[in-house]
Amino acid sequence: MTLQQPTLPLNGAAPFNPADHRGDHLLVSEMVVPGSRVLDVGCGDGDLLQLLERRGVDGRGIELSREGVNKCVAKGLAVVQGDADTDLDAYPDDAFDYVILSQTLQATRQPKVVLENLLRIGHRAIVSFPNFGFWKMRLQLLIGGHMPRTDNLPATWYDTPNIHFCTIKDFVQLCDEINVKMERAVALDLYGRPLRLNAPWWFWNLFGEQGVFLLSRRGKER
Amino acid sequence: MQPQEREVDQPSSLVALFGTDQPLRLDCGVDLAPFQIAYQTYGTLNAERTNAILVCHALTGDQHVANVHPVTGKQGWWKTLVGPGLALDTERYFIICSNVIGGCMGSTGPASTNPATGKPWGLDFPVVTIPDMVRAQAMLIDRLGIDMLFAVVGGSMGGMQVLQWSVAYPQRVFSALPIACSTRHSAQNIAFHELGRQAVMADPDWQQGRYFERGTHPHRGLGVARMAAHITYLSDAALHRKFGRRMQDRDLPTFSFDADFQVESYLRHQGSSFVERFDANSYLYLTRAMDYFDIAADHDGVLASAFRGTGTRFCVVSFTSDWLFPTSESRAIVHALNAGGARVSFAEIETDRGHDAFLLDVPEFIEIANGFLQSAAAARGLTSSGN
Repeated sequence: MTLQQPTLPLNGAAPFNPADHRGDHLLVSEMVVPGSRVLDVGCGDGDLLQLLERRGVDGRGIELSREGVNKCVAKGLAVVQGDADTDLDAYPDDAFDYVILSQTLQATRQPKVVLENLLRIGHRAIVSFPNFGFWKMRLQLLIGGHMPRTDNLPATWYDTPNIHFCTIKDFVQLCDEINVKMERAVALDLYGRPLRLNAPWWFWNLFGEQGVFLLSRRGKER
Repeated sequence: MQPQEREVDQPSSLVALFGTDQPLRLDCGVDLAPFQIAYQTYGTLNAERTNAILVCHALTGDQHVANVHPVTGKQGWWKTLVGPGLALDTERYFIICSNVIGGCMGSTGPASTNPATGKPWGLDFPVVTIPDMVRAQAMLIDRLGIDMLFAVVGGSMGGMQVLQWSVAYPQRVFSALPIACSTRHSAQNIAFHELGRQAVMADPDWQQGRYFERGTHPHRGLGVARMAAHITYLSDAALHRKFGRRMQDRDLPTFSFDADFQVESYLRHQGSSFVERFDANSYLYLTRAMDYFDIAADHDGVLASAFRGTGTRFCVVSFTSDWLFPTSESRAIVHALNAGGARVSFAEIETDRGHDAFLLDVPEFIEIANGFLQSAAAARGLTSSGN
């Protein structure tokens, strides 16, 4: 997969500066082949979609919050208000080359159903999520005896939208269970930098602050 | 002759005449010919003819979208959106707005003179539909030498026309902005329209639709119809905020049926000003056209089939307090567009101003319309100067 593609000239777009973008967004956008059709589920303010459109991707988005949707639409992005748990059913099979679920899996009611839907709608799925096995999380629970809170996940247990936390290990098991092929897996550290590639899973599960996975269906059957 | 009546056959607008060689084929099976379309344009069509926007008006709107109205003297009905430097920038785009077929501001309708009798058509005018209105607009667009519209924009009945354009002529619509509308009129909306029509027809001055010849005017019936309809364009919260239970020019109830309350006085004013600028029969025909509208019915009941493979860019907008065309209706449009693979944006705007919000200064809505059109213009290769 080539990572260096010429960016499309867009009217009024600021020059591209990687420092303006989150590490996981840059990584996700590099996993997408330019020119493909992408659905970003839980697209927030549309930062990732804008990054993708800059790479010549035909991008669409779904976002739960009205504020997020309206910001996206005002930016000219093709975004609709919707819920990953209920509105993915309305999309036909194979409608997109990639379906992205960026930092949203843990906020869905039925992560397994959502994941299956992603790979029904898209040929590939890109999923990123905070790793609950990250050492800082473990330490807070083990030593502090309270539900972990980090800079990236500052909400308290009683008002968090994140109801289905998992570890990288848990996610890998789920992928096996629903017959999903992992084409690429990357763990990012606290600063959004990839951990070394040849590290064993337990190392990623302990030192990865988040995981980013490029997934596809295994074989013909689903 | 009333000022409105003058506008019927000789409007203060541009007029496209279509002779007997160019009939308008109506859904009811009648070929309407000759007929005319009254329209306004703003801005300049570029050399490539790619910067044209068609604005479709709502039930009681007309072609005077961005100029002083010839009958009421009021500013254009979409002054928040159409004008120099606005979202529909008249310095950048060539904006067309035509009076719908069946209307009463210069396009052929029941108040127009029937060439066969030399008298107003009245109820002899054939029943028209939303697709008929759009077919007539397409003939106008042909006449203007435009292959593809950069955008078709409208709210309410105008939004229905936008949807119909995108379904009937997908290759002629680059982008579509249907606002506060639906692909089919709901039972509740048909019920309200029936109430309005019955009010008109119950007025003895309606004279079975022959009021022009009899020298009468069904002002009371049409006024009541407008009052009832106007309530549906607002919301409980908006009415309460605007009027509450405040009294009109008095402190105590009169113990009569005078307009004691401000809201009563307001509604009476809405009714009486409306009848000065609108034709009662036209109101019957246009409400009927909306009632008949059902895109899915024309596609074996499957709405998604209507939009399958469309290349048009869509932006669907609804308003939280709109109970005439609630968000659920817009969501159904979005689901069908997604299923058809369309490029669609959908925004629900939070406001307590009801269905009428699309006509008002609602900054979030205006920002979204602007953002959508800007990105569509970039995709269409339109520069900011419009050339």
